[in-house]
Amino acid sequence: MYNFELVKPSTLAEAVAALAGEDAQPLSGGQTLIPSMKARLNAPETLVSLTGIAELKGVSRSGDTLTIGAATTHADVAEQAAADFPGLAALAGQIGDPAVRNRGTIGGSLANNDPSACYPAAALGTGATIVTNTREIAADDYFQGMFTTALEEGEIITAVRFSIPQASAYAKFLQPASRFALTGVFVAQYASGVRVAVTGASENGVFRWAEAEAALSSDFTPDAIAGLSCPADEMIADLHGSAAYRAHLVGVMTRRAVIAAG
Amino acid sequence: MTRVTMTVNGRQMSAETEGRTLLSSYLRDLLGLTGTHVGCDTSQCGACVVLVDGKAVKSCTAFAGDLEGAEVTTVEGMANPDGSLGRIQQAFQDYHGLQCGFCTPGMVMSTAALLAENPTPTEEEVRHYLEGNICRCTGYQNIVRAVMAASGQDAGALAAE
Repeated sequence: MYNFELVKPSTLAEAVAALAGEDAQPLSGGQTLIPSMKARLNAPETLVSLTGIAELKGVSRSGDTLTIGAATTHADVAEQAAADFPGLAALAGQIGDPAVRNRGTIGGSLANNDPSACYPAAALGTGATIVTNTREIAADDYFQGMFTTALEEGEIITAVRFSIPQASAYAKFLQPASRFALTGVFVAQYASGVRVAVTGASENGVFRWAEAEAALSSDFTPDAIAGLSCPADEMIADLHGSAAYRAHLVGVMTRRAVIAAG
Repeated sequence: MTRVTMTVNGRQMSAETEGRTLLSSYLRDLLGLTGTHVGCDTSQCGACVVLVDGKAVKSCTAFAGDLEGAEVTTVEGMANPDGSLGRIQQAFQDYHGLQCGFCTPGMVMSTAALLAENPTPTEEEVRHYLEGNICRCTGYQNIVRAVMAASGQDAGALAAE
């Protein structure tokens, strides 16, 4: 990979200042960024490590809200969110493999917005709030297509705030080589209704399946969506699965998630 | 160039690094600890796994400069103080948990991380934990036996595949 300057600030303010420099990018766990730099798909002049900033780490609960610092690793979320939000903790515990989970972070995953990543399904499926150094962004406004988000240049995710659902689960059909989701579905039940978010399936990245949300909001059982099928338009098609196959998986994984949540 | 200091296998070590110096390169090329293997270099295979502050990490997918002050354990640190094979290493030898041996350093380090978290894992838990460690000789059955033996459990009780 091309060389670059690595800086490691200890406060958010220092990180923001460092990112204002020419061609600087944030580095969180690096589990996607480092392989992409090796492949020369990405060649920043400066990397600003966020891993030394204590205020970006940790899981805390206040009432029905769970706040997770952006630089919290998947392994730490799997462990520290288990009691308060088991659906989210279980999702974090299925990302990659143990070594990846010890480095990769929730903020890094959401900033990258890989169309097959797991965390976007949880953030959209709960209507989470993405907190940055300058503002708060609703998940419904944050995800804007494959690898595209509402983040501005130099803007850093500092935390993610989840409203803890009454019941939730993530069902992931694993692509065993990459360990990403071939298709994954997060369902969350709230007093106000049910949300269903799908990752791994659409060329437009994570999306909400409105028909399933409506059906499950009136009856949170697998039978409620028995007759529904997700259209295959704009689904990802590759050697691992056709668009029709992924569309089928959306229904299957939604049912599995509802069963697991119940 | 930036000088990066870590505690590696209990000894303080330091070397001059570039921004792009990976932990695997720091260990192998700068400190001469070539027990850590680089297989795929794309964070798929797990041959390069070491412990960073007690946790399994793919050393090919972390920058040395991001780990200033870390405590790192490599396969060289798994031997007993007298140089004889440590408990996990011995189990891999006893149960023939390696064929070509290229993946073995990562397997041993992931096993160390697993047993630190879960001292008596089930066979299923072993297989699940080692998902990020690939053996292209496909010697998984004996690797799992070795891990079970290293945890003090009866490796002979595993079902044959």
